[in-house]
Amino acid sequence: MTRRADMAASPATPPPGTPATAGVWTAVCRYTDLVPERGAAALIGDMQVAIFRTFDGRLYALDNRDPFTGVHVLARGIVGSRGEAPTVASPLHKQVFDLRTGACLDDPRVTVIIYPVRDRDGTVEVWTPSG
Amino acid sequence: MSAHRLPERALEHTSMSEPTGGRLVVVGNGMVGQRLVEALREHDTDRRWQVTVLSEEPRRAYDRVALSSYFDGATATELDLVEPGCYETPGYALHLDEAVTGIDRAARTVTTSRHRVFGYDALVLATGSAPFVPPVPGRDLPGCFVYRTLEDLDAIRAAAKQAATRTRGRRAGLVIGGGLLGLEAARALRLLGLSPHVVELGPRLMPLQVDEGGGAVLRALIEDLGVTVHLSTSVAALSREHDGGMLATLADGAELDVDLVVFSAGVRPRDQLARDTDLAIGQRGGVLVDDGCVTSDSAIFAVGECACVGGRVHGLVAPGYAMAEVLADRLLGGTASFTGADTSTKLKLMGVDVASFGDALAATPGALEVTVTNPVRRSYAKLVVSDDATTVLGGVLVGDASKYAGLRPLVGRALPGDPVAMIAPVGDGAGAGAGALPADAQVCSCHAVTKDTITAAIADRDLSDVAGIKACTRAGTGCGSCVPLLRTLLAESGVAVGTALCEHFDHTRAELFAFARVEGIATFTDLIQRHGRGRGCDLCKPVVASILASLDHGHILDGEQAALQDSNDHVLANIQRNGTYSVVPRVPGGEITPAKLIAIGEVARDFGLYTKITGGQRIDLLGARIEQLPAIWRRLVEAGFESGHAYGKALRTVKSCVGSTWCRYGVQDSVSLAIELELRYRGIRSPHKIKAGVSGCARECAEAQSKDIGVIATEHGWNLYVGGNGGFRPRHADLLLTDVDTATLVRTIDRFIMFYIRTADRLQRTAGWVESLSAGGVDGLAYLRSVLVDDALGIAAELDAAMARHVERYQDEWAAVLADPQRLRRFASFVNAPDLPDPSVAFVTERGQPRPVPLPVPVPAPVRRAGTVAALEVIR
Ligand code: SRM
Ligand SMILES: Cc1cc2nc3c(=O)[nH]c(=O)nc-3n(C[C@H](O)[C@H](O)[C@H](O)COP(=O)(O)OP(=O)(O)OC[C@H]3O[C@@H](n4cnc5c(N)ncnc54)[C@H](O)[C@@H]3O)c2cc1C
Ligand code: SF4
Ligand code: FES
Repeated sequence: MTRRADMAASPATPPPGTPATAGVWTAVCRYTDLVPERGAAALIGDMQVAIFRTFDGRLYALDNRDPFTGVHVLARGIVGSRGEAPTVASPLHKQVFDLRTGACLDDPRVTVIIYPVRDRDGTVEVWTPSG
Repeated sequence: MSAHRLPERALEHTSMSEPTGGRLVVVGNGMVGQRLVEALREHDTDRRWQVTVLSEEPRRAYDRVALSSYFDGATATELDLVEPGCYETPGYALHLDEAVTGIDRAARTVTTSRHRVFGYDALVLATGSAPFVPPVPGRDLPGCFVYRTLEDLDAIRAAAKQAATRTRGRRAGLVIGGGLLGLEAARALRLLGLSPHVVELGPRLMPLQVDEGGGAVLRALIEDLGVTVHLSTSVAALSREHDGGMLATLADGAELDVDLVVFSAGVRPRDQLARDTDLAIGQRGGVLVDDGCVTSDSAIFAVGECACVGGRVHGLVAPGYAMAEVLADRLLGGTASFTGADTSTKLKLMGVDVASFGDALAATPGALEVTVTNPVRRSYAKLVVSDDATTVLGGVLVGDASKYAGLRPLVGRALPGDPVAMIAPVGDGAGAGAGALPADAQVCSCHAVTKDTITAAIADRDLSDVAGIKACTRAGTGCGSCVPLLRTLLAESGVAVGTALCEHFDHTRAELFAFARVEGIATFTDLIQRHGRGRGCDLCKPVVASILASLDHGHILDGEQAALQDSNDHVLANIQRNGTYSVVPRVPGGEITPAKLIAIGEVARDFGLYTKITGGQRIDLLGARIEQLPAIWRRLVEAGFESGHAYGKALRTVKSCVGSTWCRYGVQDSVSLAIELELRYRGIRSPHKIKAGVSGCARECAEAQSKDIGVIATEHGWNLYVGGNGGFRPRHADLLLTDVDTATLVRTIDRFIMFYIRTADRLQRTAGWVESLSAGGVDGLAYLRSVLVDDALGIAAELDAAMARHVERYQDEWAAVLADPQRLRRFASFVNAPDLPDPSVAFVTERGQPRPVPLPVPVPAPVRRAGTVAALEVIR
């Protein structure tokens, strides 16, 4: 049996610094569902978001689509660091992305979209634009 | 035809001055003739000469020195020696398959086998030499061969193949002559699946290069490898048997039943053309030339093996190359002269090293000999020094020639230290490093390149690797024996050879392995805090994951280790181009019951998977979505399957042929051994994947020699090969052990694998690792044998224990995952919808099976870079 996304979406004010696009915060899982130094994919509407929990407890969210192959797999990459940047390497051809900015560190022409993400009382919420 | 004999060195030229331009005809397109043409092409910038080369052979010049590598898989194209564009140069022409049949010195013309006549202003004889075939009755029978050209080798190969179809006992070949070429021929026969016999008239093998002590060690080593050696005797007669085989009767009455015979009893210079036209001939043959390579006719020259210079005919390529350079210079008006050349040789036969350099046989009056014999390692070393012990004169190395590159350039120079220490086996004392060499010492004798030329090239052209040195100086592009010295010169010039794994660790994989093992480190965090920096990356994390797994720190998906795993290991499956996975159950040795075949078929049908037989003798189920993996594996585990580790840097398969159980040729049960090996090593984590193969006889249907570990059955046991590879850079495996029993075989493989795991680099297959052991003047294979068989490093017991631990603690990774809800949680498509199939994945049907819908190839569009969250722009 397939379960649908079971965390409710709630309208919210965007976090400080987000563009003035309308959006919603969606609760996707419990903070403890995330494994340190690995990612997990979440489905929000028809958007796939890759959420990462790094060793220092921080959360990051990127579009799950690997821009080099068009396949939704970034959540399954290896998490690490390059210099100061926390990173994920695509599981397909190992291009490395900066989790903070979505910038591909191996190809300056490429950036993936990042989403605001937060931990609210043990629940992980991702902000996605509406409309 | 009477040859006109002149006292050597007293050549009087019949015409006045040497020509300096016009039509140049070169007879023979062998190694030396070609070198001459290339030297001319390089230096004759005004194009004074129009060059016509006539070649008796049907193909252009090739590397005769490397001829035997043809049996190791080198192709004729790979052996080709002609520089690209050489004969497209205006004024340079090559006529193949056209021998010169006569010279008319008065008319200055040559006539060819195609009845053409070419006029010349200068004529060069570069006709090489011909194998000497002693007048043994029966020497013209079919089944008798010589060993000089690619065509000879093709013929030998065909005869060996023919022999393999005969059902008579053991297939064998006879080599007449136990010199350098004879042993190469014996090796070739072995590669062709024949048991070689070598008959040598002299009292030892390689009598020209090796002394008595070295000969004894050499014989023992060669016999260890399954070659039967008959010394101090000769072949009295050869006859043909009715079944197609041959009978060789030796002078001592012994009779040998063989399939073919290779004559390798020395060579004779091909000087017939010169004799026919009354040019001066050396006392023991060869076209007599002066030190400018000029014959008794000043319009005719001779170079290479057909020439007799200074009273000597040289049977090696280096002196020939030197003559070619001298003659090119002379033809352009220069005054170069030939002053002799290095006759040193180093060869490796079936893994046995033999080297001889300088005055190897101590012929210099009063010469002193210092010898070191190591019966345990089966090695022999001798240094010959002058009577006052001040000058190095030469030497012999057998069994371990790792010191050759450092010692050979010292010939004729001051003894730099204690001669015993200089030849003591590796590790027992200080060797002669490159630093000890004077600046003008010849490092590469094939191309006469000195140390200062190389160090200057490194400095001036900023070279950072051996490839660069080869390109700029030609050093190392001949026999290759100077390559270790080139590496040392690079290191001594301060070229840092980067060994850091990544930005997080300054160490190699082997060093990290040692830290983890010795310091008992069990977590990545501990390792990176003690020895690295940052948080790791996709390079170092999987390496450390593999190290921790090899050191047996539990299931690879336990605790912090799980996060380290490469993305495939993390879900115990291989990711495919559309984000789905493949499932490869283990099928040990390729043997599978009908019931298991049916089970696989049912799983594939029920989950809609694409199935394909792999190149590794098992079945790949493709197109599984991440959330389906546990359910698929539950079914497979129930049917008795376990993980095949297709996703891991681990043992893949042990490929097997049907072997003696079914095959009419099989001499051992290859299937049982393959299964035993696959079950023994399954699950072991290693620097790269490990593949093995077991063949039931020398026909090698399991392609074992292309595997990391290859086993081929013999009538007496097993032959063990290591370091083979298919893939990017195919490599035939090296023969490590011959005719061993199963226990010895397994013990040696245990140690081989464990030693590899400890010391290899990240993503280094055993092929590259075995080759890397040869660095720094050490012969890798001999070293490996000394470590694995003779326990030279004293670590055999540790390696054995590590493998015993692995075998004892093995558990199926997939069964363990299925039993643990915590581990199962990672197989979710989405954290908020764990069982929902990824809606972006779609399949179409092709030939009755699903395949991924081809995605449009995404062109990474220049996307506006978002430096901070504030600059975020959502593009859909
Ligand atoms: C499935 C299979 C092809 C097939 O349909 O037959 C295959 C498939 C892959 N091979 Fe292979 N190789 C397969 C046999 C081979 C062979 C033949 C053999 O093993 O007899 C070779 C050459 C022999 C050798 O390894 O020396 C081979 C040489 C490679 C290489 C090059 C290795 C090298 O040292 O150069 C790679 C790349 C690598 O590992 O870095 C590779 C990598 C791969 C990967 C894992 C590429 C990847 O990362 O996605 C492929 C995915 C496998 C999967 O199931 O998803 N595969 N691959 C074969 C699986 C055999 C098995 O049962 O396990
Ligand atoms: C198996 C093997 C291994 C060897 N290993 C080593 C080694 O390890 N180290 C080393 O230094 N040397 C080695 N040698 C020797 C080395 O190959 C020779 O020294 C070298 O090839 C000599 O070159 P060359 O040009 O004088 O003669 P070749 O290479 O023999 O060339 C002579 C050419 O002239 C052609 N020719 C002859 N007569 C005529 C004619 N009338 N018209 C037209 N063409 C003609 C021949 O067909 C041949 O192609 C080895 C040789 C063999 C066979
Ligand atoms: S290798 Fe195996 S299958 Fe092939 S001929 Fe020999 S025993 Fe038979
Ligand atoms: S000595 Fe043979 S290649 Fe350098």
